Amino acid sequence: MTQHLQRAAAYPLRRRAVVKRLLDGRPELLVVAGLGAPAWDCTAAGDRDLTFPLWGAMGGAVSIGLGLALAQPSRRVLVITGDGEMLMGIGSLATVAVKAPANLAIVVLDNERYGETGGQATHTSGPAELSALARAAGIARSSVVSDDVARAAAMPALFDQPGPVFLTVKVRAEDLPLVLPPKDGTELRTRFRRALGMT
Amino acid sequence: MNATASPAGASKIDWPAAIHRQFKSWDVRQVAHVPDAGHKRLIELCQADNAIAVVPLTTEEEGVALLAGAALGGQRGALLMQSSGVGNCVNMLSLPRVCRLPLLMVVTMRGEWGEFNPWQVPMGRNTEAVLELCNVLCFRADSPAEVEPTLEAAARMAFEGPQATAVLLAQKLIGAKSFVK
Repeated sequence: MTQHLQRAAAYPLRRRAVVKRLLDGRPELLVVAGLGAPAWDCTAAGDRDLTFPLWGAMGGAVSIGLGLALAQPSRRVLVITGDGEMLMGIGSLATVAVKAPANLAIVVLDNERYGETGGQATHTSGPAELSALARAAGIARSSVVSDDVARAAAMPALFDQPGPVFLTVKVRAEDLPLVLPPKDGTELRTRFRRALGMT
Repeated sequence: MNATASPAGASKIDWPAAIHRQFKSWDVRQVAHVPDAGHKRLIELCQADNAIAVVPLTTEEEGVALLAGAALGGQRGALLMQSSGVGNCVNMLSLPRVCRLPLLMVVTMRGEWGEFNPWQVPMGRNTEAVLELCNVLCFRADSPAEVEPTLEAAARMAFEGPQATAVLLAQKLIGAKSFVK
């Protein structure tokens, strides 16, 4: 297991740069950010009203994205979450596949560990591979990338191909400065809905 | 497996249709479910309704999260489950609570009236207490005539709160499940 943990420390892709590429220049995108590092990454890329960062509800990010995608079929919805969070809600991928919302994309930033709790190995540091699980759940447009050439080639499908689209990005395991979004759930909910034109 | 025996006898009131009617009057657009035999007809009514997206779940807490997303996107929803599923929802119920989002749950009760399966009893006996601990307001319907007004009250408090509410459909109402055909 230690060997596997060392593997992710050498991955070339850096999570903050990947997320910045996902969010930059897409102000219309509706984003759900899974708890922990993905929420900090999204905030580091620029806090925005149409990002809903989670501070809990572990395992729920994809389901929140599905409900949002069904409610807003004309808007692209992007869920950005981590491997530990995705594993906790792995069944939600089968639910997404059943509904097959054309406007939903899911990116898992996979550093193969629980980064917020001491870096314990997740199952993806071993034999589990999330994009294969997503494909087996019924999401045909599912892939995994681990270098920047593949990342650049895979990214457009998240925004211009019919969903659901699933992408695992193998990212370097690294300790980064915390960049925290607002913590008040009512503020996050209100600003999101207001930005969508609701009260 | 589907045989049921209602202690109240046959009722003229079509309470699943009454729930569907309330869904329509509250503009419920997403109905998520992990089924119970008691929800069979309501699920079929929702599936036949083109204005409602019916979302089958792998586990009940997905539905709590799904309907939080629906609320963020401006749609109302309802979550159908049986009482055993309430236990699966506990941590996810922090989401509507912390974000003050509406949640309407419709729970068919097991383990409380003539239950043949002892494995259903622990969660069934604790369903209401667990929901109340999680800040979900509970409203019970014990007879067919109570279902529609109870649903309306719970929906009003859910959507106009916003607040998490649950309608508990008593096993006495649904009829105790039996494996005897």
